[in-house]
Amino acid sequence: MSVAATQAIAPAAAESPFLPRLARIVAAEQFTPKEKWFRLVPYDGRPLAHPPMSFVQVSVFGVGEAPISVCSSPTREQAFELCVRAVGSVTNAIHRLGVGDTVGIRGPFGNGFDASAHKGKDFLFVAGGLGLAPARSLIQYVLDKRQDYGRVTILVGARTPGDLLFQNDIREWVSRPDVETHVTVDRPAEGWKGNVGVITTLFKKIKINPSATLAVIIGPPIMFKFAVLEALAYGIPEHRCICSLERRMKCGLGWCGHCQIRNVYVCKEGPVFTYEQVKKLREGI
Amino acid sequence: MLPRVLSKKDFAPFVQALMGGTSVVGPVAKENKFVFAELDSVADLRMDYPITLLSPKKYVFPQVEALLRYKMGDTVQLEPVVEAPPRVMLGVHPCDIAAIWLLDTIFAGKQTDPNYAARRSQAVIIGLDCNKPCDEYQFCLDMGSLPHRQGADLFLTDLGDRYFVEVLTPRGKEVLDRATRAAQPAAGPDLAARQDVEEQKARAFHRKLPFDVKYLPEILDESYDSLIWEAIGRRCFSCGSCNLTCPTCYCFDVQDAVGLSLGEATRVRRWDSCQLVDFAEVAGGENFRKRRSDRLRHRFFRKGKYILEDYGRMGCVGCGRCDRVCVAKISSVETYNQIAGSR
Repeated sequence: MSVAATQAIAPAAAESPFLPRLARIVAAEQFTPKEKWFRLVPYDGRPLAHPPMSFVQVSVFGVGEAPISVCSSPTREQAFELCVRAVGSVTNAIHRLGVGDTVGIRGPFGNGFDASAHKGKDFLFVAGGLGLAPARSLIQYVLDKRQDYGRVTILVGARTPGDLLFQNDIREWVSRPDVETHVTVDRPAEGWKGNVGVITTLFKKIKINPSATLAVIIGPPIMFKFAVLEALAYGIPEHRCICSLERRMKCGLGWCGHCQIRNVYVCKEGPVFTYEQVKKLREGI
Repeated sequence: MLPRVLSKKDFAPFVQALMGGTSVVGPVAKENKFVFAELDSVADLRMDYPITLLSPKKYVFPQVEALLRYKMGDTVQLEPVVEAPPRVMLGVHPCDIAAIWLLDTIFAGKQTDPNYAARRSQAVIIGLDCNKPCDEYQFCLDMGSLPHRQGADLFLTDLGDRYFVEVLTPRGKEVLDRATRAAQPAAGPDLAARQDVEEQKARAFHRKLPFDVKYLPEILDESYDSLIWEAIGRRCFSCGSCNLTCPTCYCFDVQDAVGLSLGEATRVRRWDSCQLVDFAEVAGGENFRKRRSDRLRHRFFRKGKYILEDYGRMGCVGCGRCDRVCVAKISSVETYNQIAGSR
């Protein structure tokens, strides 16, 4: 009994969902003192094959593992990108890594967002702070398949001009005639000529067709609450207000319990939810 | 497979034979309580135990378990770890079998946890019926786990001078036949004696909830905004003892334990507790179940509603361990009664 069973176990171990793949950092940039961007390539050459707005578990060997949103689109499959805020032991350790270093990757995890099911629709992105990281994976996706979608509007908010992430991307979006982009900061700095005010103040600058628009709203809980109110006021229905919830997943597999909201495991059924769903969960935001 | 009987004088040699082939864990005395422990001697085995401090869950889902080992150097070498020592779990009461049966669905159902599945496949469970209630805390009859068998390979009932042996799986039959030749087919008087135990149990066990447990999910659902949770939450110390002793709790934390050389590490998972203040905290300090009452309600909802809805099996087996160890004397039975009564 024991011998046969042991043999049966061996292949299972090799497919362990706890076993990370190794990936090499091929580019890195310190966006702000707290946020650093990385481009990674898996050693095994297999693309991540992730849906937009999904996440991976990143291992820093000798420290531990943390869930991080993928901030690049699967349409750019030769590499994938992460934008990491240094807040805990693992994320601070990630900040100490640079080009040539190796990390472990498990995933992709989460439902992500299936944009292919919404061809022809308009997209309104409302991204505050680090929320731009998961939002960017979908923005890139939609822009890479630009002809498949209608009007694209991007609203970006940050606390100060120095906190603005993905500034190269933002410059590109601003310069594109087929995208409408507005950026605002809560507190201006010297030389800032742009908008000042919370992100909801940008809504009055835009025109949207509520019956054809998906609002993708990602940011801190307080921003989400107010931005959703704006979107609803514009007539976008609750089931087309899309958000991504932040939780601290330890496994990504629907077991460890940390990401659970009532009976929903965010790591499997999320992190992308409609406002209609989040509202019912009640403990969501 | 037809039941057998094994006389008490043949039982010790049976256990001895099991111990000859593999590790055997069973109930043993520890101070004035009982625990599941590896048997060094048959004489330590206490088949008359009421209930153990921790359930035998710890053998299929250990408190600390290695998932991965790795070496760091010029390159990183990863090695998944799956440890599964062959083991006989002897004298497991129905509530604890029901709890493992639930974990089987969670960890070896639609999605398989290789570590759990391997340990489970190497564990033979020999159950033992409860002829009388272990103490005043249990509510297994209400939770439906008292008659539970599924998950066990053999199931024993104490008939005084002999054990009635239900053979539940081919593996159980193989283990029994290999370890003893003294197990006789159960005859008429044995079957009648087994029936007597059932009648004795029917007199000894009483329902403690004023409703059928199938209504529990809806009763809980209606109580979501009840002030009862706030009231009970104020008494809770958030110590997590309820989670620690629960036979169905399976939440865990994952940590890397780095060796002294700093060149190697083991990634382990450890039991965790949804009652601890930082359980639902995310990076940056946002906490989604900040209040004790939120966490307490979450635990009750998991046990009585979410797990049942997700897996079709009760998340609580009514063993009463959480109530027995609660420093604040919060009682599950009383809580269920209270929420049902406040509707």
